[in-house]
Amino acid sequence: MSAHAQPVGTPSAKNRAKDRGFVIGLLLCVGVSILLLGVLLVDIVADGAGNLTWNFITSFSSINADQSGIQAAFWGTIWLMGVCALFIVPVGVATAVYLEEYADETRWYNRFIELNIQNLAAVPSIVYGILGLAFLVRGPLSLGPVILAGGLTLGLLVLPVVIVASREAIRAVPPSIREGSMALGATQWQTIWRQVLPASIPGIATGVILALARAIGETAPLIVIGAATFIAFNPEGLDSAFTAMPIQIFDWITRPSNDVNDYRPLAAAGILLLMIMLLVMNSVAIWLRNRYEQKW
Amino acid sequence: MADRVTEHDEQRTEETEQRGLTQPLELRSAHGDSSVPAVDGMPEAERRPREAIFSLDDVMVSYNRKPAVRGVTFDIGKNEITALIGPSGCGKSTLIRCLNRMNDLIPGAKVEGKVLYHGQDLYDSAVDAVEVRKRIGMVFQKPNPFPKSIYDNIAFGPRVLGMKGNMDELVEQALTHAVLWDEVKDRLKTNAFGMSGGQQQRLCIARCLAVEPDVILMDEPCSALDPISTGKIEDLMLNLKNEYSIVIVTHNMQQAARVSDRTAFFTVELSETEERTGRVVEIDDTEKIFTNPSDPRTEAYVTGKVG
Repeated sequence: MSAHAQPVGTPSAKNRAKDRGFVIGLLLCVGVSILLLGVLLVDIVADGAGNLTWNFITSFSSINADQSGIQAAFWGTIWLMGVCALFIVPVGVATAVYLEEYADETRWYNRFIELNIQNLAAVPSIVYGILGLAFLVRGPLSLGPVILAGGLTLGLLVLPVVIVASREAIRAVPPSIREGSMALGATQWQTIWRQVLPASIPGIATGVILALARAIGETAPLIVIGAATFIAFNPEGLDSAFTAMPIQIFDWITRPSNDVNDYRPLAAAGILLLMIMLLVMNSVAIWLRNRYEQKW
Repeated sequence: MADRVTEHDEQRTEETEQRGLTQPLELRSAHGDSSVPAVDGMPEAERRPREAIFSLDDVMVSYNRKPAVRGVTFDIGKNEITALIGPSGCGKSTLIRCLNRMNDLIPGAKVEGKVLYHGQDLYDSAVDAVEVRKRIGMVFQKPNPFPKSIYDNIAFGPRVLGMKGNMDELVEQALTHAVLWDEVKDRLKTNAFGMSGGQQQRLCIARCLAVEPDVILMDEPCSALDPISTGKIEDLMLNLKNEYSIVIVTHNMQQAARVSDRTAFFTVELSETEERTGRVVEIDDTEKIFTNPSDPRTEAYVTGKVG
């Protein structure tokens, strides 16, 4: 009786200090990453904002820094992303559908495919560049260093991202939907095409956008396959030579600057433009997810 | 393909006619003399339904070689409601899912024995499982509307089956049939996820009716619903009985007693290796099962002596 009558004790000072310390430690870690990002952003904006003008976007690259712009690289990047998207959406979604809806996990070849896809996501991007050079630019396909080869190389690079995201979106559709559809006499294909895929489009679209957001900043594979660094025309088709924004930025940074021609602000402005494009893509992905995500 | 289907149709009507000739005899003897010896290992009191739509003969369903339910032999009557009752794990749901080949979708599931539907073996290699599921519809435990509008939920089946006719009329007909039309006619284009659980389940029934099946299988259709929604679905079942044959799995014995014409009682048997396998104890008119069952195990279960 007496024990229960006593008031409930307060936490010991030691426990409270430990709790506090832990939370402070966590906040410090978060702080470091946010601070780094902030410093980077401020630095880039300070250097490049003045140069990010309409003129910069609509001019071609030039020896004269004040007349130089990013137009060819901007359209090169847009073309690359277009080719990349057209490649990764059908191939990535089809692979995901096969692995989720048809593949028998007990078969060794299906497990082999799965293992490979997981490993592919971890392969350094330059290796894809070498692959693109050996098989697309030269070798069996011999496309040359053109838009098509660049887009496909980037596509191969981000394909695992699309496959993993699509698989997750497909897996999120509950089995009861498939059962309900099959129980009405729909075939497996009708069930996938009319129920499973429409329900997983938001997840797939998000995955595709995030994959493109990764591809848009890739430089190494494009350099390896021989993308041009100095071009004064926009791509006109799949067989056009091209440059892309990260390559243009890299080129500006590596050029020797002097009092007459300072290329560094151009690089900063290019980075800023690239980051704005990335931000837009990621925002669209988040918006898509929130707007169309199905709550089951 | 079309040829093969008609062939089956002919075969089926033939067999149904044969059945029609022989069956009344069996029926009379079973009714008239209660001391008829056990048929196919079933208790003596087993009676045949008036006209069988399904005839199960020594059916065993196993998952990865482990039998979930075995030795099932009974008939399911046309235009009747047949209830399958019994404790959890006795294979009721497994069994109902083999009546429209839904078990095909589960890897490792295997059905042995004979499942005759209008005299045709559903597991014959020439039988198209998709066609089977069109004729034998199913309503699931948890309402599973598609993430689409109410209208599209109903129209999905007719569309994939390429059914001809005015889709608006078809949708209205199905919803009216499921006594849902008045509640939803003003919001046909809204998402089905906005409906209450009971409405969703009736939508699933309407969806099933839209493809004009022959049989409706219901796997614990009311277990996720409140008593009022349950009552509505039970009324609906009694209405539908005139046009459809219904098989229902239920954990609710009062429900079985209220709606069904015949009831099959299942139980779980433990083998020497501690494996649990479902068995049928008896199947009979519902009234008899609940008032005067032949087997003491049935009596213990329906009177609530065992869970």
